[in-house]
Amino acid sequence: MIAEAGLAALWLAAALAGLQLMLGWTGLSHQRDDMLAAVRPVAVIQAVLTLLAFALLIWLFLRVDLSVALVAANDHSEKPWLYKFAGTWGNHEGSMLMWVTILAVAGAAVALLERRLDDRTLTATLSAQAAIGLGFYAFLLFASNPFARLDPAPPEGQGLNPLLQDPGLAFHPPTLYLGYVGLSVAFSFAVGALVTRNVGPSFARAMRPWVLGAWILLTLGITAGSYWAYYELGWGGWWFWDPVENASLMPWLAATALLHSVTVLATRDGLRAWTVMLAVVAFSMSMVGTFLVRSGILTSVHAFAVDPRRGTFILALLAIYIGGALALFAARVGTVREGSRFDPVSREGALVINNLLLTAVLGIVLVGTLYPLVVESMTGEKLSVGPPYFNAAAGPLALVLMAVMAVGPLLRWRRDELRNLGRRLAIPIAIAIASLAGVLLLAPGIRILPFLGLVLALGVGAASLAPLWKRNLRRTPLFIWGMVIAHLGIAVSLAGMASESAFTQERLVASRLGEAQQVGPYNIKLDSVMPIAGPNWTAIEGTVTAVRGGHSFALKPQARAFWAPPTETNESAIQTVWDGQLYVVLGRADEQGRWQLRLWWKPFVTLIWAGGAMVAIGGALALLGRLARERRTAMREAWA
Amino acid sequence: MKRSLLWAPLAVFILFLIIFMTGLLSPEGQIIRSHMIGKPLPNFALPAGLRNSAGLRTQDFQQGKPKLLNVFASWCVPCAAEAPQLMQLAQSGVTIDAVAIRDRPEDIANFLARYGNPYRKIGSDRTSSIQLALGSSGVPETFVIDGNGIIRYQHIGDIRPENIPEIFAELAKAR
Repeated sequence: MIAEAGLAALWLAAALAGLQLMLGWTGLSHQRDDMLAAVRPVAVIQAVLTLLAFALLIWLFLRVDLSVALVAANDHSEKPWLYKFAGTWGNHEGSMLMWVTILAVAGAAVALLERRLDDRTLTATLSAQAAIGLGFYAFLLFASNPFARLDPAPPEGQGLNPLLQDPGLAFHPPTLYLGYVGLSVAFSFAVGALVTRNVGPSFARAMRPWVLGAWILLTLGITAGSYWAYYELGWGGWWFWDPVENASLMPWLAATALLHSVTVLATRDGLRAWTVMLAVVAFSMSMVGTFLVRSGILTSVHAFAVDPRRGTFILALLAIYIGGALALFAARVGTVREGSRFDPVSREGALVINNLLLTAVLGIVLVGTLYPLVVESMTGEKLSVGPPYFNAAAGPLALVLMAVMAVGPLLRWRRDELRNLGRRLAIPIAIAIASLAGVLLLAPGIRILPFLGLVLALGVGAASLAPLWKRNLRRTPLFIWGMVIAHLGIAVSLAGMASESAFTQERLVASRLGEAQQVGPYNIKLDSVMPIAGPNWTAIEGTVTAVRGGHSFALKPQARAFWAPPTETNESAIQTVWDGQLYVVLGRADEQGRWQLRLWWKPFVTLIWAGGAMVAIGGALALLGRLARERRTAMREAWA
Repeated sequence: MKRSLLWAPLAVFILFLIIFMTGLLSPEGQIIRSHMIGKPLPNFALPAGLRNSAGLRTQDFQQGKPKLLNVFASWCVPCAAEAPQLMQLAQSGVTIDAVAIRDRPEDIANFLARYGNPYRKIGSDRTSSIQLALGSSGVPETFVIDGNGIIRYQHIGDIRPENIPEIFAELAKAR
């Protein structure tokens, strides 16, 4: 009965979403305040019902009810409870249910907490949210019912896939989903504001925490995903420009642009139409990402269960929402009065350049991701656009973007003088010139992109601290700290990328036992290779001793073979030291009994992810700072 | 800004939609089958998978009648899932021989006691060497072998009830 109760709750929630949309629509078009008043409670009840449905599905997974098809396909009675729990959303249907649950809860949060917007715009926002929800309910109920029964029930579930039993996979998808849903809320705000023609600072202030929150989660998701690929795939790279990676990068780029333009709108009432456009683009990118991943029309190193029928469904939703929003934008935005003006040399000006560059990078990534698809549809050939395209096209733009990022926070709002800017930037420019000379002296032969990257990283790092210059640090608002830390994080990450790409030493050797190899500052010796067995895999494990200046440590890379399903994985051995990582992968043996070893010395590679974490922390501080300030303002207004 | 320019994003978006649609509608690539299809079985003589029974040899497949060769293991969950289908095939008169991968006689016996024994002979492949020689990358897999010991068809993954007709059809083709 649990499954039936879950399904009933889901149908009821879908019906309420329909009601919410209808009440909002009629209320707005017929000026019926009584109808508008009903929208908030309906949104809350809808969220309660989806939460109930999701909780029931979790319960089914925990008690391994094999008469439910989804449980039988993905669960197993001998899984540890954490993976039974996480298995709920480790599959298509469950993850879509999680999607609508988060969406509905976010809608309820807007309904309960939002007090800044006028009632009409808020209602229009909640109606847009209900329209999105309705599409995904239909998708769940008609094309991917998580509660479908299986008759007869099998004696045991099929899901004991060892590769999916990883704590990272329990938390990675929810993080990204929360980010996508945050962008859907921003989208709904934009649609709501367009409907009521109220595109102004109050709309921007209502939208900003959602954009910021979504952006933090996307940053975390991408950083974690990048480290996982680096660690687990054993290819020694940290970014592959794979379609699935691009699918998460594109919403992030759009959200980054949106984050900055929404600040201009909230503080200076500028960039109205552009902010609305970006909100639509950001959500479009998360839906395009979901579509590319779930429909399987692109070949990727990430294999997901794909189903063309579902792809068609997501495509239809995409067409309705994004097409509808863009049509609304075209029809309405002409009547939105453009906000305050500003000089080209000003904080706003820098943010406009930042936005244009981010959008250009987004366009490059989008074209590179879709190009194989276009070629395949025209010639039938499968091909892939690799790092050569992406690095060459997006790299230079990204470096210019960094420079703008360093300059922007040092400019005043509305109007500034270039002379003053020169004075504020004196120290960072001096550091950049010094590092330019330093890099030329110490590493003369490095390529142009990593070279510029290193120089910029040092200069930008110094410049990003400059907003704190001559400030009383204890009285500096939290959101300024957030900005400084996030920008510094970008510089740190850039330093890691440039160092990795300039100074990595790679060796592919066929080594006999006891033979010594040199990579970077390390002397490496393969001591032994032993077969070992795990619970559901067998492996050969090498013992490698690494020596550097009298210190030595042992690394144990493995080549694992899983049985069910048959999969081979390389468990790379990574040793992190203060100035980099030593990365060892064990391959196969050749006929003469020599073992293939891949050795990498990657100086300062960990900075890439440390920088990503700093960016997310900076975002979190900014969010807290903004929320705290608004709370204070609200309380002051309540007292006055 | 010109009003007509505001419709440009929508136009670009529609272009993308068209690309996506053609991508979805174009036919999918084929799953790569074993390159062993159409070739004779590799030469092998495996010890018996169960105590006090005969082993499995290449010659067992050269006696004029098509057979199924099922690659399985007692530790493999999908193998348990396909057991009822194999029992159904065996009961309708199909001869099934098996290669047990990295397995122990007592575990095989337990497995068969629990899920039924559709096999005539079971060979034990302790090192997966015959599995690899067959071009099989995992368990379970099922091969249709004709009366001359030629591999005619490979089914990857567990045999589901809906796969049974195609197994029969392939057996008929191999006759």
